[in-house]
Amino acid sequence: MSATQPEQSTATAAQGASPLFPFVLQLADTSLILAHRLSEWCGHGPVLEQDLALANISLDLLGEARSYYQYAAELEGKGRTEDDLAYLRSAVEYRNPLLVEQPNGDFAHTIVRQFLFDNFHYQLLKGLKDGPDARLASIAEKSLKEAAYHLKWSSEWIIRLGDGTDESRKRLDKAIATLWRFAGELTTPTATESQLQELGLVPDYVALWPAIQAHTAHVLAEATVPEPPAPVAQLGGKTGRHSEHLGYLLAELQYLQRTYPGLTW
Amino acid sequence: METLAQDLSPEEQFQARIDADIRIEPKDWMPEAYRKTLIRQISQHAHSELVGMLPEGNWITRAPSLKRKSILLAKVQDEAGHGLYLYSAAETLGTSRDQMLADLHSGKAKYSSIFNYPTLSWADMGCVGWLVDGAAILNQVPLCRTSYGPYARAMVRVCKEESFHQRQGFEIMQTLCEGAPVQKEMAQEALNRWWWPTLMMFGPKDSESPNTAQSMNWRIKRFTNDELRQKFVDMMVPQAEFLGLTVPDPAVKWNEARQAYDFGEVNWEEFWNVVKGNGLCNHERLQARVQAHEEGAWVREAALAHAAKRKAREAVAV
Repeated sequence: MSATQPEQSTATAAQGASPLFPFVLQLADTSLILAHRLSEWCGHGPVLEQDLALANISLDLLGEARSYYQYAAELEGKGRTEDDLAYLRSAVEYRNPLLVEQPNGDFAHTIVRQFLFDNFHYQLLKGLKDGPDARLASIAEKSLKEAAYHLKWSSEWIIRLGDGTDESRKRLDKAIATLWRFAGELTTPTATESQLQELGLVPDYVALWPAIQAHTAHVLAEATVPEPPAPVAQLGGKTGRHSEHLGYLLAELQYLQRTYPGLTW
Repeated sequence: METLAQDLSPEEQFQARIDADIRIEPKDWMPEAYRKTLIRQISQHAHSELVGMLPEGNWITRAPSLKRKSILLAKVQDEAGHGLYLYSAAETLGTSRDQMLADLHSGKAKYSSIFNYPTLSWADMGCVGWLVDGAAILNQVPLCRTSYGPYARAMVRVCKEESFHQRQGFEIMQTLCEGAPVQKEMAQEALNRWWWPTLMMFGPKDSESPNTAQSMNWRIKRFTNDELRQKFVDMMVPQAEFLGLTVPDPAVKWNEARQAYDFGEVNWEEFWNVVKGNGLCNHERLQARVQAHEEGAWVREAALAHAAKRKAREAVAV
C-alpha cells in the first residue's frame, strides 16, 4: 500500500508536457479498457435488465474515458486526438491497472472486478472533484454521480451472489480468489502518482483507504462472505507491464485504425 | 347504445370499435384469434430486438473511433430497451416473458430473418442502420396507430429511437463514401450483400401472405407487404444515388407512369430457406441467445433466492 511502484522513464513522460499528462492518460486508459470489457457483454447478459445495466456502465466509462483523452491530448500539446491516444498506442504504452484488463469470466468475475474498481473509482473521483485542477475536477464531478450508481449496482450484486444460492456463492468465492490480488495496484501509487500527490494534484491514496476498506467490509458482511486475507498485490499495469490479456483486447479495439491508417470513420 | 349492445355479437361490437379506430385495451373483450395473432406478432418483434443485438454487437469491440463505439453501444442498448417494452406489451395479453423466451429458444417463435445474415465489415454497421432500420421504420411507423393500445404506445417510443438509429447508419455510409477509395468499396460491398435481404424484411408477396387480410381488417397491419416494399425501394434508391452507390439490381428503373421505381424479383427461395432456419447465422444466433439464457440461470436464481431470504428476515424483524 505505502510502497511506491518502480517506473522506468517512458515515452509517455514526455518532456515539456504537463506533469498531469501521464496521470490523465492513465485515467483514460483505465476507463476505456473497463468500458471495452463491459461492452463485450452486450447481447449476452444473464437477463435483459442486466444487459442494459452493463451497457449503461460501459457507456458511462466510455464517456469518462473520452473526456480524459481529450484533456490528455490538450495537456500533451502535440496535436494528437482522443482516437490517436486510444487507437495508436501499443500495450506497453497503456497505463491501466491490471484489474480492468482481466477477462469478463462469468458474471461473478465481472461483478467482483467491477466492485473492486468502483469502490476505488468512487473515492478517487471524490478526491479529484475537490482538487486544484479545474478541468479534472469538472470531469470528476460529472463522473462521480455515475460512479455512485455503479458502486451501488456492483455492491448489490456482491451481496446477492454471496447471500443467494450455494452455486452463486461458490462462483463468487472463486472470482474473489482470482481477482482480489489485483485490487492493491489501484491504491499503490506509481512514481508519477507519488510526485503528483506531493504536488497536491492527485489525492493521497492513503487517505482514501479507510473509506474503501469500510465499504468493502460492509458489503462483504452483508454478503455473508468472510473478508479474504490480503493477497500479495499484482502490480505493473500502471507502468506498462501488463498481463497477456491486454494485447488481444487492443488487437480487437484497434483493428480498423491499424489496418487502414490515417482514415476518417 | 343499448340497441347496439343487444343486437350485436361480441365479435361485431369488437369489429365496430376497430372500424371506429377506438383502441383495444388489455381488459377489453377480444376474439381469441386477435389475441393469438398479437402475441405472435409482438413477441416476434421483441425477439427480433433481442436477436438483433447480436449482429451489431459483433462490431462494438471493433468500432473505429471512440465516438462510433459509443454511438453503436448506445444503439444496441436501445434495442435491448425496445425488447423490454415489447415483452411488457405482449404480457398484457396474458403470456409471460419466460414463456415467450422458451418459445424463442425452442424455435417455435420466429424473429426477423435479417439477423441471420453475418456482419462482415464496418460498413455493415452503416447498412444495418441505414437499410435494416430504414425497413424496420417503414414496417413500424404504421404500428404506432395499430388497434391494440399497449402495442401502439410501445411503438411510439420504439419509432422515435429507430429514426436516430437510421440517421447514424446513413451517416456511417456517408462518411465511408466521402472517404478513401477503400472505404467506398467497403460501403458498396456491404450494400451488395444487404440490399436483397432488406427487401425480404417486408415478408412474402401479398399473394402468398395468408394472414395479411385478417390483420388489415383488425387494423393490426395498415399496409400490405408489397406496398411497404415498394415504398422502401422508392425511398432508398435516391439515397443510394446520393451516396454514389449502386443498388445491386439491374432492373431498378424509374417508372414515370407509376411514379415509382420498378425493381427485380426477390429470390424467394433464399427467403424461405432462411425463414426455415437454413441461413448462415440461424444456428449461431439462436445458440447465442440460448447460451446467454442458460449461463444466466444461476444469476437469476441467486437474485430470487436473495430476495426471498431478505423478505423472510424482514418478516421476522417486524
